[in-house]
This record gives sequence, structure tokens and C-alpha cells, in this order.
Amino acid sequence: MTHDVLQSARPRTKALTLNSNQRALILFVVILLVFLGLWELGTKLKLFLPIMPSASQTISDFWFWISDPFFDNGPNDQGIGLLLMTSLRRVLTGFLLGSAIAIPLGILIGLSEVVSKAVDPFIQILRPVSPLAWLPLGLALMRDSEKTALFVIAITSIWPTLINTKFGVSNVDPTYINVARTLGASRWRTITKVILPAAAPHIVAGLRISLGIAWLVIVAAEILLSGGIGYFVWNEWNNLKITSVITAILIVGLVGLVMDRVFGLLQHWVSFGQRS
Amino acid sequence: MYDSKPMVSSINTSVAHLSLHNVSKVFPGRSSLLDRVLRRTSKEFVALGNIDLDVAPNTFVSIIGPSGCGKSTLLNIIAGLSQPTTGSVTIHGQSVTAPGPDRGVVFQNYALMPWMTVAENIQFAVETVYPMMAIAERKAIIQDYIALVGLRGAEAKHPHELSGGMKQRVGIARALAINPQILLMDEPFGALDALTRGFLQDEIERIWEQERKTVLLITHSIEEALLLSDQIVMMTRGPAAQIAQVLDVPFPRPRKREELDQYPGYHALKTAMEQHLSYETRAVEESRVRK
Repeated sequence: MTHDVLQSARPRTKALTLNSNQRALILFVVILLVFLGLWELGTKLKLFLPIMPSASQTISDFWFWISDPFFDNGPNDQGIGLLLMTSLRRVLTGFLLGSAIAIPLGILIGLSEVVSKAVDPFIQILRPVSPLAWLPLGLALMRDSEKTALFVIAITSIWPTLINTKFGVSNVDPTYINVARTLGASRWRTITKVILPAAAPHIVAGLRISLGIAWLVIVAAEILLSGGIGYFVWNEWNNLKITSVITAILIVGLVGLVMDRVFGLLQHWVSFGQRS
Repeated sequence: MYDSKPMVSSINTSVAHLSLHNVSKVFPGRSSLLDRVLRRTSKEFVALGNIDLDVAPNTFVSIIGPSGCGKSTLLNIIAGLSQPTTGSVTIHGQSVTAPGPDRGVVFQNYALMPWMTVAENIQFAVETVYPMMAIAERKAIIQDYIALVGLRGAEAKHPHELSGGMKQRVGIARALAINPQILLMDEPFGALDALTRGFLQDEIERIWEQERKTVLLITHSIEEALLLSDQIVMMTRGPAAQIAQVLDVPFPRPRKREELDQYPGYHALKTAMEQHLSYETRAVEESRVRK
């Protein structure tokens, strides 16, 4: 009985006071509606160029693309789900290849000051290069657009992971290492049981940045190569279908957001209350 | 039965469990041309003068001294984490040059691996020191030491879920679980509040009654040293800190904090320590003002 009383009393007192998240959600919806409303009004009043579609038309086309994502009428007419799968497969494969190079190398240069100093010039020179600059080199070396896409993504994925792994490994709290030393732990055991878990939050943070950049680059790479969501964007622009281009932009953004959230969770999972 | 006579023999060092002979530590300064150009020169610093100390087996020894007198440096040298500039450390006549599981270390900042649970932190130590031990035996040891420090029920917790006092109890269990010959404790309760500190001191007294390890405890607290120690090593201020005096604490065991001040000689010992520490601390402060 008392339980019922509490249950009924609570909503009455809390009904009018919204917490900050609820207020933010309301503001978010308001901003979205104002934006869509101005867009719709602008096209109705012909304030934009004629190529600009209206908000309502964009939303209905967006719905068309996401309601049937997996149709396949040949290479130039595929559902957005299939296109995404192509891009995701490339990004994940390239990302895995790049990480498979970056993590071990990062550990090595994090552990050895000599190796670190020796390799640093290569890293510093190659890191600022736009990933797309590697594309012609990839085409020349591999003569295959699929492999070139993987090559570009792999190279893109290396740098943040490499630098973060190195930072994480070389900045492990020295007391953890001292614990291992006082126990007489072997070097290998110290690395696998102490240094790597201690550096894990930094390594995952690096992977998260790498994957984010790889996802940025795949669209540009696919515009120049073929297939996937990037090629779709370019193809639909050539067809002057701006609603499809906007749809693709939103979907690329949403997929990027989901991947980033997943790595955010992974980062939290390996942190155990450590600074991350 | 507790032997109230001082157990240290400074004549026959072969009896001593842990022996420090002529140990000094000098941190080199930076004065090269490059250092001068970069304005990062520093003077050579003599942290420890010549330290000679013999510790008998199964003795609880506290080292007390003013801040910055090199107590931790001394402990690190005994632990093998740092090398003495001159002199030698021997355990049962064997020279110590590297860290090893014959010495268990309890760190001031607990130094628990945050990604390991309470049980895993202790397991890491036991596994490292006894890699060939059967799993059942290892589990039994881990459980025993978790019980010894009163952490039953918290085995699966991670350090960030523990209070400071609980963390340090894990640190103590980890150090004891490898069955070291000597337990080295570097201000283990320095970061704890007074009540938790008192509680853990009582725990250490209780555990020591069971284990009777040779213990070296670095501390700032006179009461802590008097409650726990058989001997108290008082150090002078740095630089070139030295041992000023070694006091014997002949109180019977097990000791009770509440009854501590009723033991004969308690007040004399306490006064001697207070005078020494306040004299040294004043000298440190005054030398800083003059600089």
C-alpha cells in the first residue's frame, strides 16, 4: 500500500520539473523543427537555387532509401545498406590491417627509446600527409581499386593508434612497473600483464581516432575509386539527385556516430577508473 | 614469548638478517655545457650519508626522520629498485643488487593494478613468484591472505571501488602472499585519514603477531613507530642523512593502542623521539629560510 502511495506521489511532484537532459532534448527538437521549417519555407519562396530540394522531398527520399536498404539492380543501382556494407567492409579491413601494424610498432617504440628516436623522423614526415596522396601510389603498386582502398585506409589508420600506443606504453605509472620488478617478473610478463593493460585506455583512444579518420577518408577514396557510399555520393551528384546526396551525408554521419560510441564504450571498459 | 631484549647484534653481523654497510646515495648533478645553455643545471645531491644498520630476524624496525631525509631512498635501495652509490646491502650474507621476491614491498600509494580485481592483484604476485604452483594451492593462498587482511567478500572488486584503507590492505596482502623474508613498507598509511590509519596499525600489529616477518617500516608517526616496532631507527635531516640513534622498544606483545602509554618507558621514548624530530625539522625549516 505504501508502495502505491509513493508511486503515485512521485510523478505529481516531478511532473513540471524537467532535468537538464530532458530540456536539452526539447531544445534539440525545437532547433531541428526550426531548421526544417526555414528550409521548407525557403524552397517554397524560391530563395534557393532551383536545384535545391525541399525539406519534405528530402525526408521522403531519405525514407525511400532507408526503408528498402538492400535492393540490388546492378552495380550502379544498389540499396543504401549494400553500399554501406561495401564501405564498412573496406574501412574495417583497412583499419584492422593498419592497427595490426600500428599497435605492435607503437609498443616497440614505446618500450625502446632508441627505436623511438630512430623511427620518429619517418612518423613525423609521413603523418601529416593527406591519406588521399597515397592513392595514386596504391593504384600504381596494386593496380586494383579494392586493394588501393584498403591500402589508403590502412595507412590512414596507422598514425593516431601508433602515436597513442607509444604514448600509453612509455607513460605507464612507474609504480606499476616497480611492483612487477619487486616481484621479479620477467620482461615479457611485465609487458603483457602490466604495461599493455595500463596502456589499454590510450591504445583504444588511438583506435577510436583512427577509425573516425578512416571513416572520413573512405568517402573521399571511394569517390576517386568506385563502389560503396562514397561512389554513391558522387554518382547521385552526377545524376543531380541532391536528396540522395543529403541522405548519404546523414547516413555516413550516423554510422560514424555509432562506431565512435562503440569505441567509447570499449574505452570505458578498459579504463577501470584510470585517467583515460 | 616475546623477547624484550634488543635482538640486534652489531658485533656479529652474520646473525643479522638484513645488513646495510656503509650505504650512501648521491644523485649526480647536471652541470655540462649543454645543461648550462638550457638553464637546467642542478647541484649534486647527497641523499644518504654512510648508513650502517643491522636488523635481526623477525624484528619489526621503524625508520623515522624529518621529511626529505632520504627514508624512501633507503627503502628503495633495500628493495633493489635503486642502487646505492657506495656500500652494500646484504640479506643473510647475500648481496642485494636487484629487486626480488625475498622482499615484499608495500607502497605508499598502494600501487594496485586498476584493471585487476582484489583477488587478481594478489594472484598476479603469487603467480609471478611461484609460476609452477598448483592452481588449487595458489587459490588457497590467495583466499588465506584476503581473509588475513579482512577483505572477504571484496575479492571481485576493482581498486576504484575500494576505500584507501581497503586498497592498502590489498597492498599488504599482496606483499605477504609471496611469503617474503622481509616486508618493506614505505609510509603505508601516509595517505589515510587518522581513524583508518589507527585501524590499519592495529591490523598490522595483529598480522605481525601471526607472521613475525622481519619488517622495515618507514613512518612519520611517533605513535605508529612505538605501537609496532621492536626498534626505532631515527635519522638525521638530509643532505647526507645518517642514523642518529637506534631505540629499543621493549614493550610486551601483543600490544594494545589504548594501553600503550602505560608501558614503562613509553613517555621517555616518546619524548626522546619528539625532541629529535622537532630539532631536525626546525633545522630543515631554518636552512630553507636561509636559502
